[in-house]
Amino acid sequence: MRPAGKGPLESLYFDYPRFAARRVPELDGATARHPVLIVGAGPIGMTAALVLARYGIRSVLIDRKDTLNDGSRAICIARPSMHILERIGAVAPFVEKALGWRFGRSYYRGEQIFRLEMPQPPGEKYLPMYNLQQQYIEKFLHDAVAASDLIDMRWQSELSGLERHVDGVSARISSPEGDYFLDALYLLAADGARSPIRSMLGLRLKGDNYEGRYVIADIRMDHDFPTERRAFFEPSGNPGGTVLIHKQPDDIWRVDYQLREGESEEEALKEENIRARVSAILVDIGHVKPWELEWWSVYSANTLCLDDYRHDRVFFIGDAAHIVPIFGVRGLNNGLADAENIGWKLALVLHGEADDRLLDSYSPERRGATLDVFANATKSTRFMTPPTRGWRLAREAALSLSLKHEFPRGLANPRQMQPYTYSDSVLTPYAIRDAAFAGGPACGSVAPNAGLTDGSHLLDYAGHGLTAILFCEARPTAEQATSLEHLGRIDKRFAAIVVGTQTSVSGAKIVVDHDGEIARLFAASPGTLYLLRPDLHIAGRWKTAIPSEILKTAEICLGGETP
Amino acid sequence: MSAMPFEDFETAYETLATAIDTAGTERETLFLTRLALVLGHELGDITAFRKAIKTALEGLEYDVHS
Repeated sequence: MRPAGKGPLESLYFDYPRFAARRVPELDGATARHPVLIVGAGPIGMTAALVLARYGIRSVLIDRKDTLNDGSRAICIARPSMHILERIGAVAPFVEKALGWRFGRSYYRGEQIFRLEMPQPPGEKYLPMYNLQQQYIEKFLHDAVAASDLIDMRWQSELSGLERHVDGVSARISSPEGDYFLDALYLLAADGARSPIRSMLGLRLKGDNYEGRYVIADIRMDHDFPTERRAFFEPSGNPGGTVLIHKQPDDIWRVDYQLREGESEEEALKEENIRARVSAILVDIGHVKPWELEWWSVYSANTLCLDDYRHDRVFFIGDAAHIVPIFGVRGLNNGLADAENIGWKLALVLHGEADDRLLDSYSPERRGATLDVFANATKSTRFMTPPTRGWRLAREAALSLSLKHEFPRGLANPRQMQPYTYSDSVLTPYAIRDAAFAGGPACGSVAPNAGLTDGSHLLDYAGHGLTAILFCEARPTAEQATSLEHLGRIDKRFAAIVVGTQTSVSGAKIVVDHDGEIARLFAASPGTLYLLRPDLHIAGRWKTAIPSEILKTAEICLGGETP
Repeated sequence: MSAMPFEDFETAYETLATAIDTAGTERETLFLTRLALVLGHELGDITAFRKAIKTALEGLEYDVHS
């Protein structure tokens, strides 16, 4: 919602583009079957299209709207998401515009009780978190979509019917230029929390709704405070309700405040009440100068998801598949991981480089990630919005003890988004080999990054396909060289990174590990090999390379049968 | 876990009674909840804490039915 007298797209800081409907070939009789139809041009749908384009796969991307999101909803982009944006060639404007951060503070009755400090290992390229309004997120992604010859973006185009066949889908699309049918081999449903495709397929989200409701309001003010997450429990500015404050670019600040139990949502959402509540909260943080109201909405926490994210040739991604609580910023970030996960798998299948069995791993991996989010988010949600007297009392006891004691303070940790570890996935068949390592990143987790002496980073050299990181004394042994050769034959996109001291090995990127920092990071010794998937999750790691298992893992990552 | 000598336990009982009065009617629930969290933390044993919670909850039922 926006202040009285303002249109739904009249923003204090953002000029909404208007996208015209185009006359498309189908309206003139074209019947070509498209590889992929993506429904919903939000951040997740656009990212999916860009991941496919990275592999040279064409897609048609439709959205019923004629512009970007009407308000700023998701604002936090986590480090793994920055890597996804990098891989699709879209990260530059994000780095330039977004506000990076790694600290936070939690207060109880005005006193600081918790200092959030997200780890920033020295080799990482990106900060743990970046704040950016959703409109900008969508704009930057759309700029990349518009620059791609492989993405056929169709605005003002609504999916009005869907038929599923054994070998694809037939979609009826309505646009101001006319209605038409469009055939595609695969459909990605990125059509949001109220997904019409979900309804068309007769599917329902399952899970829990939570009682607590939050108003989220964006305001513009000249306020001097670093980009940190601030959480206020029992603040005098909003008695009986928690408050969260985040800084965004363009002097825009996000104020989230919890409504009191039994408070009328309709009343709370009236402009004068929003202004009064926000003013009281701002006085509390010492801001008495003028401020402007940009946009507001209301939110309640849910943990809901589909039983299966795949229905034959239809894949659900983002909010269409799962709705998660805002606490911990996992909605956008997990959606982006969905888009990348299905994107690389579908691209390799469409190119004939992987068996379509590979697609079976999408739902278990990403639904597993959702359930993990639910477990963490349920804890944060219970702390942010205690559901019963017992939870409220326990929280008050813990918070009040936190004023003078260290031990309960961790309860106020927002448990920010961590990438999921695919250790149970079929694509991680030898997770048992973790046992040989004294540390380092486990099978299924996202590979850590390392800074190199020339200013580049280790993961800059990962490829679009599988990547091996081989640690060796000076140069690979004959056996190791043969393994790399075999991997190159299994996967034509294969990239090898050799960490050693020699300066040349044919066909591989050589990384010289002068002080042994990279080997320490990966708990590696000479002969250790890490095999990374295209999404840079670790498919397997061997303290001493076992060629048969490495090749088997590579085959499975390309849709081969599991042992 | 070893039980307290009776004399010490009696002192604990008296100290608790006095502390509940010090907290006052309005704050006694909060006080007792804080006390439970502090004791749980110092106990350092989740199984023993769960057992203590169970023992204390069971006592309430006796109160209701007697």
